[in-house]
Amino acid sequence: MTTALKDTAMKNDTLQDTRWQRLCNKADLVANSGVVAWWQDDQVALIYVPKGRSGKTELYAIDNHDPFSNANVLGRGIVGDKGGEVVIASPLYKQHFRLRDGICLEDETVQLRTWQVRLQGDEVQISG
Amino acid sequence: MTTLPTTKKQLIIIGNGMVGHHCIEQLIERGATEHYTIHIFGEERHRAYDRVHLSEYFSGRDAEALALGDHDLHRTHGIELHLGECVSKIDRDAGEIFTTDGRYHYDSLILATGSYPFVPPIPGAEEGQPNRLVYRTLDDLDQIRDAAKNAKRGVVIGGGLLGLEAANALKSLGIEAHVVEFAPRLMPVQLDEQGGAALREQIEALGVGVHTGCATEEIVAGDEYRYRMNFKGGEHLETDLIVFSAGIRPQDKLARECSLEIGERGGIIIDDTCRTSDPEIFAIGECALWNGQVFGLVAPGYTMARTVAGCLMGDCESFSGADMSTKLKLLGVDVGSIGDAHAKTEGAKSYRYIDEANSAYRRLVVSADGKHVIGAVLVGDNSYYDTLLQYAQNGIKLPADPASLILPQSEGTPTLGADALPETAMICSCHNVTKGAVCKAVDAGCSDLASLKAETKASTGCGGCAALLKSVFDHELESRGIEVDKSLCEHFSHTRQELYSLVRVEGIETFDALMEKHGNGGLGCDICKPAVASILASSWNKPITDPSNVPLQDTNDTFMANMQKNGTYSVVPRIPGGEITPDKLIAIGAVAKKYDLYTKITGGQRIDLFGAQLHDLPDIWQELIEAGFETGHAYGKSTRTVKSCVGSTWCRYGVQDSVAMALRIEDRYKGLRSPHKLKFAVSGCTRECAEAQSKDVGVIATDKGWNLYISGNGGMRPRHAELFATDLDDETLIKYIDRFLMFYIRTADKLTRTSVWRESLDGGLDYLKEVIIEDSLGIGAELEAQMQHVVDHYECEWANALKDPEKLKRFRTFVNDQRPDPAITFVDERGQKRPMRAEELSNKIIAKEIS
Ligand code: SRM
Ligand SMILES: Cc1cc2nc3c(=O)[nH]c(=O)nc-3n(C[C@H](O)[C@H](O)[C@H](O)COP(=O)(O)OP(=O)(O)OC[C@H]3O[C@@H](n4cnc5c(N)ncnc54)[C@H](O)[C@@H]3O)c2cc1C
Ligand code: SF4
Ligand code: FES
Repeated sequence: MTTALKDTAMKNDTLQDTRWQRLCNKADLVANSGVVAWWQDDQVALIYVPKGRSGKTELYAIDNHDPFSNANVLGRGIVGDKGGEVVIASPLYKQHFRLRDGICLEDETVQLRTWQVRLQGDEVQISG
Repeated sequence: MTTLPTTKKQLIIIGNGMVGHHCIEQLIERGATEHYTIHIFGEERHRAYDRVHLSEYFSGRDAEALALGDHDLHRTHGIELHLGECVSKIDRDAGEIFTTDGRYHYDSLILATGSYPFVPPIPGAEEGQPNRLVYRTLDDLDQIRDAAKNAKRGVVIGGGLLGLEAANALKSLGIEAHVVEFAPRLMPVQLDEQGGAALREQIEALGVGVHTGCATEEIVAGDEYRYRMNFKGGEHLETDLIVFSAGIRPQDKLARECSLEIGERGGIIIDDTCRTSDPEIFAIGECALWNGQVFGLVAPGYTMARTVAGCLMGDCESFSGADMSTKLKLLGVDVGSIGDAHAKTEGAKSYRYIDEANSAYRRLVVSADGKHVIGAVLVGDNSYYDTLLQYAQNGIKLPADPASLILPQSEGTPTLGADALPETAMICSCHNVTKGAVCKAVDAGCSDLASLKAETKASTGCGGCAALLKSVFDHELESRGIEVDKSLCEHFSHTRQELYSLVRVEGIETFDALMEKHGNGGLGCDICKPAVASILASSWNKPITDPSNVPLQDTNDTFMANMQKNGTYSVVPRIPGGEITPDKLIAIGAVAKKYDLYTKITGGQRIDLFGAQLHDLPDIWQELIEAGFETGHAYGKSTRTVKSCVGSTWCRYGVQDSVAMALRIEDRYKGLRSPHKLKFAVSGCTRECAEAQSKDVGVIATDKGWNLYISGNGGMRPRHAELFATDLDDETLIKYIDRFLMFYIRTADKLTRTSVWRESLDGGLDYLKEVIIEDSLGIGAELEAQMQHVVDHYECEWANALKDPEKLKRFRTFVNDQRPDPAITFVDERGQKRPMRAEELSNKIIAKEIS
């Protein structure tokens, strides 16, 4: 019984590991700010918050394309929080996007793509 | 009373001017689009615009800036807007109108055709003559602008309100202006003889020629100028262009032709519900004649629009006339006229105040029993207007000494406080907003002026009520004990000034430390982060590229370049005083060529290189720094440029070396961060070629030293700098500038230019002089020391960043790839590149798909 259980648990683990892929290094990130990486055909803005409100490290990935200016600039905005939610402000026309789900606070009909990302040791990994 | 239609009826409005447009807004507000299909026709090609502020078209506002309402207002509400479509005929029997493009059925019709300028039948000014210019529409103004191009002198026929405004416009176009009035005085409708005389003096003092009692008999070809106007009695005046402003006539042509009742001297006759003699047809605005009166102002038109919108929605409030009081600033001269300005009411008595030294004149007209104000005339100072109007409109009882109402205010005028006004007092007559409505909005939560305006619309019409609205609003807030929330943002419940003191007193050097001690413990946001970054920089001047500072900055500060619309950056090296060696010019050219950058001379006497991608910035700067350049801080809220003229070295008039002084100033304050950007200029003599009087700090040479001007501003709301101190030697000049700038940095709110800060400074210029010159607060030495600290810690930010590979890591477009951003595309224009426009981009994609 016990062995069987252990077996399936291990299977799940390996399954998940193939989902996560390396994107860049932790040293590429800038604390409390954004950098941009290519992921397949997309430009992904990576936002690194070493100490979030919960006290834990947070890492987010959101589309680098700013729908209001049509320029690929979102990763160069200011990171902050509004009403307890972590957001990034577009550097061009200053709209705020919630990093959790990509929703624009000024116009909730606009939602950007987000990706799951995590830190594994020195690696930044993304799940596709 | 109309009942609401159950099936949708067709409603047509003819005339898309101010009143027609207001009617649309009122209909939308009342939900009329549920019951009516609405069409509005405008003969002009522009969407409705603010005719009241038409003259601002010549001072920089374009058609779009003058336009009323959102540009997709009609589309959003399913209203058909027909621009440039003139209605040529109304067929009342068939219930149809005919336009240049077709015919349309109506169930209800509103005429809002406004009025047209009256041109007297003078030989030589017949229809079609090129000199027949008028002042009513944007197109008219374009014509005037064209005509003024090769003109030296212009004449306005008509010395009324509009005529004087037109004269001002001619002046602003840079030509000599004259006004010719038939009556013996200016503004005969509003002013009495003495008022007219005072106004004349003020206007002549501005260099505008005034010719009263002149009837133009004919216009013929001129000798010295294009035309010659011959006046009755033998005199004449030559001119290159003529603008007619001899009154307006209601545009009642359509109504006449379909036999609606018309007044003897024109105007479509309406009743108290704004109905014409045909109950299905309404008329509103300047085309309508009510009780024998045409109203040439926007406020009564708006009231009529509200009446009709109400009637059509089954809720009719009758129109009961309107007040024709007006307050204006003509050619910079205050003119006001209230109620019965000519004391025509039986038994009316007048008080007059005449100040010949300043050409000011005021007349107060009171009722026979001496209890109420019934009229007033003001020339030269409108600060009395609001109070007098409230006395007149609300029947407030006069004080024991009525004359005190028009005597100079320093003698202790009993001004009518906002609290003395009754609830029914009309604050904004354009939008029918009473003091009661303002109170209600405050109760409902309006806590700043912008939201009050949005909620009540007060002060969004002619703007005449702005000062009164603000004082009522402030008073209401105060009386409710509401403290206006001055928190910087959700993270700090402090003002910028308070945070500045905390940083300095407690020696705080990082954002995190400040957040921990005084903030709410969050991450911060795009409001507080840059504001705190600026405070830290003004205080300690540590490199903004330090890791703790990086996440605080706007992208422009982070990458030390200005982000452009397509995500590329511009690069502006410092060119102090605008002085540059040929070698440096060549170096800039070489860099621009190598990196293929669009190159432009800026308005600040330096050179801007556009279109650089993020990852190219370090290389570009490496080369610029090797050529001897430093960063120009075009991106920061910091010292921008010190503009200079060539000065005594070369110029035959120069009395001091303005270039040397400009270099000294730029070298001292470069890199200084402040609540907003700082601009300086130094002129070598009083001709002022460096435009120092439009800068935050302006310096003008005198034969004894330097005159210092402060708090000038260009931009959106230009402000002339004020003379602060005269004939200073070099050291005193620098000392005063040190103190002035540091005092501003200490006390100004975030993103406030020195001009706005100075205007809101309690005690004004005199107080500032006391603090800076007399050192009344005893902080002079401290301010200077603080400035010296910043100066001593200056380092070119780009030079600093280039030395540190860790800092340069940020200058990568992608952290895991060398590619540039493929979405950034350029096309060639006039021999340089520019960003591809959206429509060009989609063409490119289509072309790609086809190939
Ligand atoms: C490049 C330049 C226009 C040009 O091609 O000539 C320019 C460009 C910009 N100006 Fe300016 N201004 C430029 C001279 C001016 C001037 C003229 C002057 O300095 O003599 C003025 C009026 C004078 C004044 O400021 O009082 C001017 C008044 C403004 C304003 C309005 C400020 C105000 O108080 O109303 C803004 C908006 C703001 O700062 O909030 C602005 C903002 C901007 C911004 C930063 C807008 C933006 O956020 O993208 C522009 C980007 C600059 C860039 O490099 O990408 N710019 N701008 C000029 C750069 C001068 C330089 O060498 O640094
Ligand atoms: C320079 C200037 C300064 C002014 N200053 C002030 C001021 O300080 N305070 C103030 O209260 N008032 C001022 N006024 C007056 C104010 O602008 C008018 O009272 C107001 O515009 C009247 O609005 P309206 O809609 O009745 O007429 P308009 O704004 O003239 O609109 C009428 C519109 O109907 C269109 N039209 C006419 N016939 C037809 C047709 N057959 N088919 C289709 N369209 C047609 C016209 O082209 C026009 O666009 C000023 C006016 C001017 C020109
Ligand atoms: S005026 Fe200044 S801010 Fe406006 S477009 Fe020109 S450069 Fe940009
Ligand atoms: S009175 Fe015209 S805007 Fe208020």
